[in-house]
Amino acid sequence: MQTTFLGKTLHTPLVLASGVLGSNKAILERVWENGCGLPTMKSIGPAPREGHKNPTVIDLGNGMINAVGLPSPGYLNMEEEWQELSDRAFPINASIYGGSVDEFVRVAEFVSAKGPDFIELNISCPNSDQHGMIFGVNAQSSHDVVAAVKKVIHVPLIAKLTPAAPDIAGIAKACEDAGADAICAINTAGPGMVIDIESRSPVLAFKKGGLSGPMIKPIAVRCVYDIFRSVSIPIIGLGGISTGTDAIEIIMAGASLVGIGTAVRYRGITVFDKVNKEINDWLAAHGTTLEEIRGAAHREAL
Amino acid sequence: MITQLMPAMVKVAERKIHSPEFATLYIDEPIDFKPGQFVMVWIPGVDEKPYTISHHSPDRFGITVEAKGIFSRKAVSLGPGDKIGIRGPFGNGFNMGNGHKRVAVVAGGCGMAPLAPLVEAFQTDNGPETLLIQGARSKSFLLYPDRFTAKAEICTDDGSKGYKGFVTDILVQKIKALPANLAPGFDMVYTCGPEIMMAKVFEICEAHGIPCQVSLERYMRCGFGVCGACVCGHAVVCKDGPVFGSKALRTMADFNTRALLKTGRSVPLNEYAAWRCQ
Ligand SMILES: Cc1cc2nc3c(=O)[nH]c(=O)nc-3n(C[C@H](O)[C@H](O)[C@H](O)COP(=O)(O)OP(=O)(O)OC[C@H]3O[C@@H](n4cnc5c(N)ncnc54)[C@H](O)[C@@H]3O)c2cc1C
Ligand SMILES: Cc1cc2nc3c(=O)[nH]c(=O)nc-3n(C[C@H](O)[C@H](O)[C@H](O)COP(=O)(O)O)c2cc1C
Ligand code: FES
Repeated sequence: MQTTFLGKTLHTPLVLASGVLGSNKAILERVWENGCGLPTMKSIGPAPREGHKNPTVIDLGNGMINAVGLPSPGYLNMEEEWQELSDRAFPINASIYGGSVDEFVRVAEFVSAKGPDFIELNISCPNSDQHGMIFGVNAQSSHDVVAAVKKVIHVPLIAKLTPAAPDIAGIAKACEDAGADAICAINTAGPGMVIDIESRSPVLAFKKGGLSGPMIKPIAVRCVYDIFRSVSIPIIGLGGISTGTDAIEIIMAGASLVGIGTAVRYRGITVFDKVNKEINDWLAAHGTTLEEIRGAAHREAL
Repeated sequence: MITQLMPAMVKVAERKIHSPEFATLYIDEPIDFKPGQFVMVWIPGVDEKPYTISHHSPDRFGITVEAKGIFSRKAVSLGPGDKIGIRGPFGNGFNMGNGHKRVAVVAGGCGMAPLAPLVEAFQTDNGPETLLIQGARSKSFLLYPDRFTAKAEICTDDGSKGYKGFVTDILVQKIKALPANLAPGFDMVYTCGPEIMMAKVFEICEAHGIPCQVSLERYMRCGFGVCGACVCGHAVVCKDGPVFGSKALRTMADFNTRALLKTGRSVPLNEYAAWRCQ
C-alpha cells in the first residue's frame, strides 16, 4: 500500500513512534522490513543524557505509563550511527528535542546535514522538567521554535504535539503558520501516576509519566479530528493504534499516516505487517480506498 | 500475584550468602518459569534491574545477585521480611530441545545463575547426558558447588580449584575426546558468562558444527521489547532473547563487539562493562 508523504514514497502508511525501539540502524531497518513505511529515531537531544532511573516503563495492561526521560547520546556523539545510516535503503524520521529555541536550532541544523528524510520536533514530551512539553502547550512558543528551526533545515519539518495542550488545534495552526510541513499527534497523554500501595511509593522513579496505548486512543482520535479542521498540512495520527480498524478510525478523523508505538508490546514487531493487512482487508471489504476515507468523519459536519 | 504488569511487592523469605560477593534471595510466591527467563527487581527509592531466576519450585523462586554496584550491593543486604517489587517473567528462556542425548553447559562466574535450573531440568531420569563446565575467577566465585549430580569440570583463573585456565579449553578437549563416530558430539551447547567467553564458545561450536545457545545482557528498562534500550544489532535482547541460538548470532552485528550505554550511545563492550549507574 504505497503512500506519498511530503514528496517521499513510503511502502506503507505506517510510522514507528519515536522512543519505541528505534535505537540503532539495524532495528530501524528491521521495523521497516516488517511493514513500517517510516521508522522514527529515538529523540536526539542537545547533550548526553541518561534519562531517569528505573522503573521507567510499566505495562498497565490496557496501555503503558512511561518516564524514560529522553535519554540521548547527544547530537554530537552519534557519528557512527549517521555513518551507518548514510547508505540506508529506507526513509527515516529524525526526532529531536531541546531545552530552548537555541538548542532546538543547534540540534536541528546539525541533524539536517546528516540527511534524514524528515525532522520531527518533539515539543511534547512530558518526562523532563526542562524539555518538550513546555513548548507544546503554548501557541506562541510552538510558533517560535518551529519558525526558528524551519530556517536552518533542508528537509520537511514535522511538529509533534501533546494532548496536554488546552487547544491542540490552535497549537497545530501556530506550527503550520510558522512553516511546519506536517503535524504528528499525539505524544503520550497525562502525565499520570501509579502508586504501589504496599510500599506507599509511586512506581516510576520520576513519579509521573506519560500514558500510551489503547487507553488513550479516544484522546488521540479527538486530537487528530480537531487538528484536521484547523490546518491543511498532513497529519501523522498516533496514540493507542493497535489494529487495522484503529488505523481506519484515526484516518477517518483526518490522519494521512498512522503511527504505532505501544502496540509493539502487544503484537510484536510484526504489528506493522498485521495492521497493513487489516487495513487492506477492511478497505477491500468496504470497496473503498485510503484517500476516500481520509477525514470521512468530518464530511457530514463540514 | 506476580505478572508482567505492575510490580508485585513480595517479601524476601530467606537469604543465602554464598560468598562475600554472592547471595541468593528466595521469595515464597509462585511464578511462571522456563530456565533462562528473568524478572525485573524493584527496590523502591533505589532502582529496578533485571535478574535471572536461578532457583525455581512451584511455590518458591530465587535470584542470585553478585554485589557490584549500588543496586546489587543493596540487594544482597536485604534479608527476611524486606520487601521488593517483582514483575515478570520476561524473555524467551533456553530451548531445551526434544530428545537431546548429550549436551554441554558452559558457565562463567554469575553465568551459572540462569544455567542452574537448566542443569537441574536435564538431570531427570530421561534427560540428556549433561556435561557441566563451570569456571570462575577463583574458588569463592564458583556458584552452587553442591547443587548438581551431573558431571562437573571446574576451572578457575587462579587455579584455586580445579583446572587453572579457561572453560573454553576444557570444552575443546571434551569435544575432541568424544569418539569420532558421534557427530556432532553434543546435540547442544548452552552457555552464559562474560560475553567474550560466550563468543569463544560460539566460535568453537561453529568450528565443530555444534549448535549453541547463549544468554546475553544489555542495559534494560521495560523488559518487554518496547523502549529499545537493550538492542544488540537487530535483536531486542529482553524480548527476542536473552537466549539466542547460533542462527541469530551469525547475523547479530553487535554480538561481542558493542553495547548501548544508558544514554543510548553505542560503545565497545569493554567500555560498557566498565560503566556504572550513579
Ligand atoms: C537478562 C539479565 C539477567 C541478569 N541476571 C543477573 C543475575 O542473575 N545475577 C546478577 O548478579 N546480575 C544479573 N544481571 C545484571 C544485573 O541486572 C545488574 O546489572 C547487576 O546486578 C549490576 O547492577 P548494579 O546496579 O549493582 O551495578 P552498576 O554499577 O549500576 O552496573 C554494573 C553493570 O551492570 C549493567 N547494568 C546496570 N544497570 C543495568 C540494567 N538496568 N539492565 C541491565 N544491565 C545493567 C551494566 O553493564 C553495568 O556496567 C542480569 C542482567 C540481565 C540483562
Ligand atoms: C517507552 C516510550 C518512549 C517514548 N519516547 C518518546 C520520545 O523520545 N520522543 C517522542 O516524541 N515520543 C516518545 N514517546 C511517545 C510515542 O512516540 C507516542 O507518541 C505515544 O506513545 C503514543 O502512541 P502509542 O499509543 O502508539 O504508543 C514514547 C512512548 C513510549 C511508550
Ligand atoms: S528493555 Fe526495553 S526493549 Fe528491551
